[in-house]
Amino acid sequence: MNSSPILETIHVTKRYGSLIAVNDLSLQIPSGTCFGLLGPNGAGKTTLVEIIEDIIPPSSGQVLFQGRERAAEFREKIGIMFQQTALTAFMSVYETLATFQALYPRTMEIEVLIQMCHLDEIRKQYNDKISGGQRQRLLLALALINQPDLLFLDEPSTGLDPQARRNLWDIVSHVKKEGKTIILTTHYMEEAQELCDIVAIMDHGRIIAQGSPRQLIDRYTEGVHLNLPADCEDKVPRGAGFEIKKINDRLMIQVKDINSAVQQLLAAGINLSQMGLQTPTLETVFLNLTGRKLRE
Amino acid sequence: MNFRRLWAMIKARNYEFFRDRAAFGWNFLFPFLIIAGFAIIFGGNDHKDFKVGVFPCGKPEQSKTDACLPRQLAAIQQIQFVPFENQEDGLNKLKHHKIDLLLENQGPPFAYWINDTSPKGNEVEKLLIGALTPEPDRSMIRQTVIAARQIRYIDWLFPGIIGMNMMFSALYGVGYVVVRYRKNGVLKRLKATPLTAFEYLSAQMLSRLFVLIFSMVILWIGCDLIFHFTVEGSFVDLIIIFLMGSLSLIAMGLVVASRGTSEEFANGLLNFITWPMMFLSEVWFSIEGAPHWVKLFAQALPLTHLLSGARKIMNDGATLADVSLELGALAGFTLLFLSIGALLFSWNK
Repeated sequence: MNSSPILETIHVTKRYGSLIAVNDLSLQIPSGTCFGLLGPNGAGKTTLVEIIEDIIPPSSGQVLFQGRERAAEFREKIGIMFQQTALTAFMSVYETLATFQALYPRTMEIEVLIQMCHLDEIRKQYNDKISGGQRQRLLLALALINQPDLLFLDEPSTGLDPQARRNLWDIVSHVKKEGKTIILTTHYMEEAQELCDIVAIMDHGRIIAQGSPRQLIDRYTEGVHLNLPADCEDKVPRGAGFEIKKINDRLMIQVKDINSAVQQLLAAGINLSQMGLQTPTLETVFLNLTGRKLRE
Repeated sequence: MNFRRLWAMIKARNYEFFRDRAAFGWNFLFPFLIIAGFAIIFGGNDHKDFKVGVFPCGKPEQSKTDACLPRQLAAIQQIQFVPFENQEDGLNKLKHHKIDLLLENQGPPFAYWINDTSPKGNEVEKLLIGALTPEPDRSMIRQTVIAARQIRYIDWLFPGIIGMNMMFSALYGVGYVVVRYRKNGVLKRLKATPLTAFEYLSAQMLSRLFVLIFSMVILWIGCDLIFHFTVEGSFVDLIIIFLMGSLSLIAMGLVVASRGTSEEFANGLLNFITWPMMFLSEVWFSIEGAPHWVKLFAQALPLTHLLSGARKIMNDGATLADVSLELGALAGFTLLFLSIGALLFSWNK
């Protein structure tokens, strides 16, 4: 991982009338990292990324790529997988790849991409005849076709089933290992935790926290959550550093020290065979920072 | 201009056109059906412009009509006579514009009725009076039309149908399709590549030009095998005027395509453009007798110049020099629309 920023935004703001989608936002993305932008719908993630991608202009502020203003060559050095993209109808997967290949001066071999993104079985199928997961893999292949230095993945696994999502993550992990810089926007915390080296949490057009997933969890959460059947409520010792909430038929107990908590619960005669344990996630971080859930 | 990128876009658009079997087939079938339909309706020599009811005429069977007709009227080719048993039946049809005039076959003098609100009633009235006036009393002498070759209606109509087909194909094939691409994000994806707007628009223009000329040639050959058109001028000149016309119409489509993400709005706008153009550019009928301002307005439409040039070459044997005015106008329209389209074009909105 190279620590020098491949991309930098300086006081970027985007207004739509009275709505401020991106609010005076500055960030640096180190080369070779997978940078995750996490936030709920409407947080300004897609707007920020589209400004960086040079799809829409900012109302004010500056974006630097490799230390300079973005020039015409910028488009040759980036790969983009948009959240919602239709592909030209009546073209096969192979023809679509060949068409995009012709648009760039420096490209990957189509066969290599087909193997990497598992498109071999559908290479002759028309774009509108492939499944959601296959379509996302094709869009990823199109984003990689010009051997980009910087890869944008905007909600890459939205709408995919768990298996298709896992397949996509495997490919992205492979791309990561090749040292490419990735900017990933998502509202799936598992995706960010799985793929990202750095995560920035965005809300109301601003970045409210930034760091590695571990750093964020350590910084903004405390302890772990135990859950027990609700009928244990009377036995749980009070004033032992437990924060207890009753949700449906379970008791949710936040504890700072799991070892000490388990000992106290056993001492109180509680049967722990039905105990559940939940470690804090980025979802917890977001919840603690904003009081809202990521997918609200 | 990067020709590799240009060619890639031309190929992609043509794949879509040639592989969309339904649209592809309809593109040929629609104009062919129109031409075939008009050939059947207007092609023979027994076409009738007016309908005149005659009574009393027994049962309404065509075979008996001739026997009911005054001798002077039987020879009028423009009139189809419809027999009625009695006056009441005839007047009822006249009231509902089923016939243009009702004639009582008891004369001379012949009594007749017309409907004041029927535009054709006065015309057929004059035709009948003329036919029933004895020849020595007529103030005009019949003049014979002298022509080396008679121009059939189908010969006049055919360039109009080809032009109309080109107009719809150019405007919808570029205008509507690009708006749809913008709406569903295809343009946004292409914007993220090194492809320039100029390359993209040029590719749209050239691929559609190929499609239009290809369609025209196929349609021409198909129709010619059936209707045997005569082209007095040069085929090369004809191709050139159609090429220039296609370019101007496609450029017009690019103006529609330059902005917007609403297919409904694009469709409305295209209807707003195509319908007046279809009627005022003389696709179906001449606007020779129309008010001056209508004729002036028609000159502002590229299809007018395309059809005027094509008909001059096809029917009158005109050369490129003879249609230089039309060619100049089409070139001017192309440049004007291209400039506006390029100026307004947006990938995103």
